[in-house]
Amino acid sequence: MNAPLVSVKNAVKTFQIKKGMLTSNQLVHAVNHVSFDIMRGETFSLVGESGCGKSTTGRLIDHLLIPDSGEIWFDNKEISKLSEKEMRPLRSDIQMIFQDPYGSLNPRIKVQDLIGEPLLVHTKMSSGERLKKVHELLEIVGLNAMHGERYPHEFSGGQRQRIGIARALTVNPKLIIADEPVSALDVSIQAQVLNLLQKLQKEFHLTYLFISHDLSVVEMISDRIGVMYLGTIVETAPKEELYRNPRHPYTKALISAVPIPDPTKIKKRITLEGDLPSPVNPPSGCLFHTRCAYCTDKCKSETPTEMMIGEGHTVKCHYPRITEE
Amino acid sequence: MAEKLLEIKNLTTEFKQDKGTVTAVHNVSFDINKGEILGLVGESGCGKSVTSLSIMRLLIDTPGKITGGEVILDGKNINDVPEREMRQIRGKKMAMIFQEPMTSLNPCMRIDKQIMEAILLHNNITKKEAYERAFQVLKSVGIPDPKNTLQSFPHQLSGGMSQRVMIAMAMSCEPELLIADEPTTALDVTIQAQILELMVKIKNENNMGILMITHDLGVVARMCSRVVVMYAGRVMEEASVEELFANPLHPYTKGLVASVPKLGSNVSSLPSIPGSVPDLSVMPKGCKFAPRCGYAMDICHEEEPELKLVKEGERRKCRCHLLNLNKEEEGNL
Repeated sequence: MNAPLVSVKNAVKTFQIKKGMLTSNQLVHAVNHVSFDIMRGETFSLVGESGCGKSTTGRLIDHLLIPDSGEIWFDNKEISKLSEKEMRPLRSDIQMIFQDPYGSLNPRIKVQDLIGEPLLVHTKMSSGERLKKVHELLEIVGLNAMHGERYPHEFSGGQRQRIGIARALTVNPKLIIADEPVSALDVSIQAQVLNLLQKLQKEFHLTYLFISHDLSVVEMISDRIGVMYLGTIVETAPKEELYRNPRHPYTKALISAVPIPDPTKIKKRITLEGDLPSPVNPPSGCLFHTRCAYCTDKCKSETPTEMMIGEGHTVKCHYPRITEE
Repeated sequence: MAEKLLEIKNLTTEFKQDKGTVTAVHNVSFDINKGEILGLVGESGCGKSVTSLSIMRLLIDTPGKITGGEVILDGKNINDVPEREMRQIRGKKMAMIFQEPMTSLNPCMRIDKQIMEAILLHNNITKKEAYERAFQVLKSVGIPDPKNTLQSFPHQLSGGMSQRVMIAMAMSCEPELLIADEPTTALDVTIQAQILELMVKIKNENNMGILMITHDLGVVARMCSRVVVMYAGRVMEEASVEELFANPLHPYTKGLVASVPKLGSNVSSLPSIPGSVPDLSVMPKGCKFAPRCGYAMDICHEEEPELKLVKEGERRKCRCHLLNLNKEEEGNL
């Protein structure tokens, strides 16, 4: 009963890039030995900066990409080796919400057909039944049945994201992978969509994998959080624990870099030097050592292993207690 | 006493469309002192970028036209100066940083040429001196290896690096006013922190005035001393940054401040503003915010409120009917 809904075990994904005719192909290490579990009914978030592999991880779980090695378990089934055909029936259990509400809806299809399409693929409903269900869903996400007759360009960004959410809900999924669902929206609309996602989670007992770069949004919606850097998860912890007691120097810097909308609060900032290293030639040893203030010789040569330092709190760092000293 | 650097009075900008004209910026007024960072906040489509383009007079190739108001830089009205003279002001007296560093740089030109172009245009110096100057500004914006960067093309630089180059370019002629249009929106948080820190440092060194256009209230709280809130092309509220967050007066500002998720606040649901931003071509009749406002009264749907000083002698303004109501109540008491 308490088995996790999703379990990612040591997943690795690399992409090949062609350099030139004479040089050999190079590999981008997009996801590098990532492991985590998502429990039923919880919201697990992956945070990190652009290029850290969070979206690729999402795509591995959705079987849109196949891992090079490692296992992906969904609902007690290993899915990474399944063929496209074997995956089909499972597709309705995993649905995605995409970042760009402008790019992810077909502009030439009416909204009701957009939302109804998963029903056409996955169920044997008649067209009347489908339309009824679509109207129900439109109401649930805060639009109305009349909106189904329109085309996507007639909607604002927030409304389009609601359409995307309605489409994900059609086939009663168990897991929803939301890849930066609010980052293209204005703050006042962002709050509406976040509240809607939370309401739906309670109503439909959904499990979310929430992918975002925005730590304040993630704090609001998550139960547990994994922080990614250059394709690996450097720290995983329950929400309160992560924000109160971050252990990895990267997590600390990330949290301190978020501007707080309160001018009276002056916080101590840790500004990281330099840019993200290229995932084509990831640094040796600890991947973060090129930007870490506490870097030692050991960090440069030895890759740290995952350490359990509290209840559900793991960290990949040689010196997780360094700042206390 | 702080000196006024830029003064904008009743600026109005209209765009011609097939169905008629839309007013993107309507009677906007504010001013910036030397050494001050003024935040211009609002959601997408509220007219903040058009305001900045109007100040720089960069609307020439668009259907947009400034139809009223004055822009006064350093005591001089620059509204009517001919384009030739304007070219001397742009870059030299005021410079601009754009949102997308990757697309704002010319992809076919090496960085050195791009930076030197502005320096050579505004200063009577040799190419060699200009190169030296370009080297120095790149160094001052924290680029670790300026010599190599000068030789690179934009695609060889990361987002943070390109934004540093943009800032260096804007700073190369030591402008008095810097307009930064969402300078960090396209960047990651750790890079954003670096860039914001750099901007404050440069401001302190040169006593520059900065107009910071952003939708991120976190950035505003961290950087700005005063804030102007825009909605549907109008200034809704103006306040010092402390006042704005502690005691927002306009219902829109209240909603905006409340709907931002705050780190460490540990709330499970956010107050949000219902509805969405009105279309500029079909504006509501009265107060432009009335259809989304929780406090809207009959008068709000009929008559547009004026931007009023909240208290005499203070630079605190608000455009809302509720304000009058509160004053009347106080009078009755």
